[in-house]
Amino acid sequence: MSRNLLELQNITKSYDGQLILDDLTLDIHENSFVTFLGPSGCGKTTTLRIIGGFEKPDKGRVLFDGKDITNLPANKRQLNTVFQKYALFPHMSIEENIAFGLRIKNKSESYIKDKIKYALKLVNLDGFEKRSIDSLSGGQQQRIAIARAIVNEPRLLLLDEPLGALDLKLRQEMQYELIRLKNELGITFIYVTHDQEEALTMSDYVVVMNQGYIQQAGSPEQIYNEPENAFVADFIGDSNIVPGVMLRDYLVRIFGAEFKCIDAGFGVNKPVDVVIRPEDVEIVDDDDPRAILHGEMTHIIFKGEIYEMECTTPDGFEWLIHSTELHEPGKKVGLYVKPSNIQIMNKPESEDEEALGVEE
Amino acid sequence: MEKLKDTLSQCYLAFIVLFMYAPIVTLVALSFNNGRSRAQWSGFTFDWYAEMWADQAIMAALRNTIIIAFVSAFIATVLGTIAAIGINNMRSVSRNTVMSITNIPMLNADIVTGISMMLCFIAFGVSLGFHTILIAHITFNLPYVILSVMPKVRQASKDTYEAALDLGATPVQAFFKVVLPELMPGVTSGFMLAFTMSLDDFIITHFTRGAGIDTISTLVYSQVRKGIKPTMYALSTVIFLTVFVVLMIGNFAPEWLKKRRK
Repeated sequence: MSRNLLELQNITKSYDGQLILDDLTLDIHENSFVTFLGPSGCGKTTTLRIIGGFEKPDKGRVLFDGKDITNLPANKRQLNTVFQKYALFPHMSIEENIAFGLRIKNKSESYIKDKIKYALKLVNLDGFEKRSIDSLSGGQQQRIAIARAIVNEPRLLLLDEPLGALDLKLRQEMQYELIRLKNELGITFIYVTHDQEEALTMSDYVVVMNQGYIQQAGSPEQIYNEPENAFVADFIGDSNIVPGVMLRDYLVRIFGAEFKCIDAGFGVNKPVDVVIRPEDVEIVDDDDPRAILHGEMTHIIFKGEIYEMECTTPDGFEWLIHSTELHEPGKKVGLYVKPSNIQIMNKPESEDEEALGVEE
Repeated sequence: MEKLKDTLSQCYLAFIVLFMYAPIVTLVALSFNNGRSRAQWSGFTFDWYAEMWADQAIMAALRNTIIIAFVSAFIATVLGTIAAIGINNMRSVSRNTVMSITNIPMLNADIVTGISMMLCFIAFGVSLGFHTILIAHITFNLPYVILSVMPKVRQASKDTYEAALDLGATPVQAFFKVVLPELMPGVTSGFMLAFTMSLDDFIITHFTRGAGIDTISTLVYSQVRKGIKPTMYALSTVIFLTVFVVLMIGNFAPEWLKKRRK
């Protein structure tokens, strides 16, 4: 991997005695697209504001390109922010908005003019120079906010839930736009969102946060396929999280049935949590020799691409299943899961860790 | 039926306007009356305006009034805007307390404000004069400015200020280039309000002015006691028109500015 552009070291922050970030440490590589993902109140926006220079951490350091910028004010940092509510200046035209940062830095007017043209082209709004802000739609305003940030040639662009106010279709469009922009500009993006789909689609690196802690950090595939704890498994997509016992390496017992798996090193007869994604639960005939568990179909919802179904096993657990094949409620079926689709996680050990987990 | 309703509501409105403006119209008419009678029209004249213009005492009072109104409104606007921003950044409990405290002078009877200020100046050995009127006017104008700037401060998002910092502006640049323009409608109307409040104040000025200095209102008061002269009608007409124009500007300027920008 390339070198670190930004390092957060042991960042702690609290408001009114309430701990928001607890000893957070994270490296961000140059030229990567990093997403902070978590529910509201998890500390992701606070982390972004500390990087942007709008908040000071109580403890810890922020290093940018190896230099300590913890106490550097926001206006002296080589980075720019795209705010959640765009924060465009309503009394200025689009042109004046985009030129704001460059005029502050006393760039020549001809340079500014070229930059505005370039930035508007980049966000697909050529010719909008003279328009007023309130004549724009939400999506267009967001593009202007991005243009206003990137004309300053930041090395790092911070985006605070920039697509939160847009409708679904526009949001998906803008996701692709952002990926394209990042590749064209070749700068580092830090993106904050609570939308797990957005995070998985756009990022190179996802940082899942909850209650001021980093729960897991890794590539989107790692986060989705190998969640390290129940919180991550539950937050990223739907999943079946069931208690199990690791009998020995490569074998786990769930509800009395033995499943082959590909995890090892947990020890013998060790209680664990098992994550199985709904699309990985395969429905087979009741008498199929592959069936490991047996149950009865209970619910079905048509979701468009797939049917979302529930199958209740005799122990009372309702398995969430995604499939393109329809199985009517009342039908007796067998369930099978491929060994590679079973993800084993350590059970939380302390109460402190327990608190981080899923709230039932 | 509908028609009758319409006619009735129009008559109602006409009566209200009539009651409100009949006295002022009478005053304006009499200021052009060629004669001292208040009941008889003896022809049109500008004589009273000319006489008013030539009257040293009136001109001095007019000058004082305008200078005090302008300076006190300006200072109150600066202080009030700063105060509104400060109050808005407080925690909600102290914010409500401070807002109540700043609102009390507005509800207080002018005579109480006037006498207490006079006593305060005397107690601290400040000689009464132009400066004490000015201080008094700044003081009673302040709450009006805070009250009219406050809604704009609340409306303005903190984001734009931070966005300006993010783009490299110093806090001072961010304030003047981004925050103040957003507050401007509130600041302008606060200034206009303060200006007119100061312009037509009599009671507080009366108690804080000391001897040898007059504003229009105290001058009119002392002249009326000696017997009213039609120059006073002319003067009152001028004051009315000034206030009217200022209020119109205050009401329509924001709209006009908005349209021009588009």
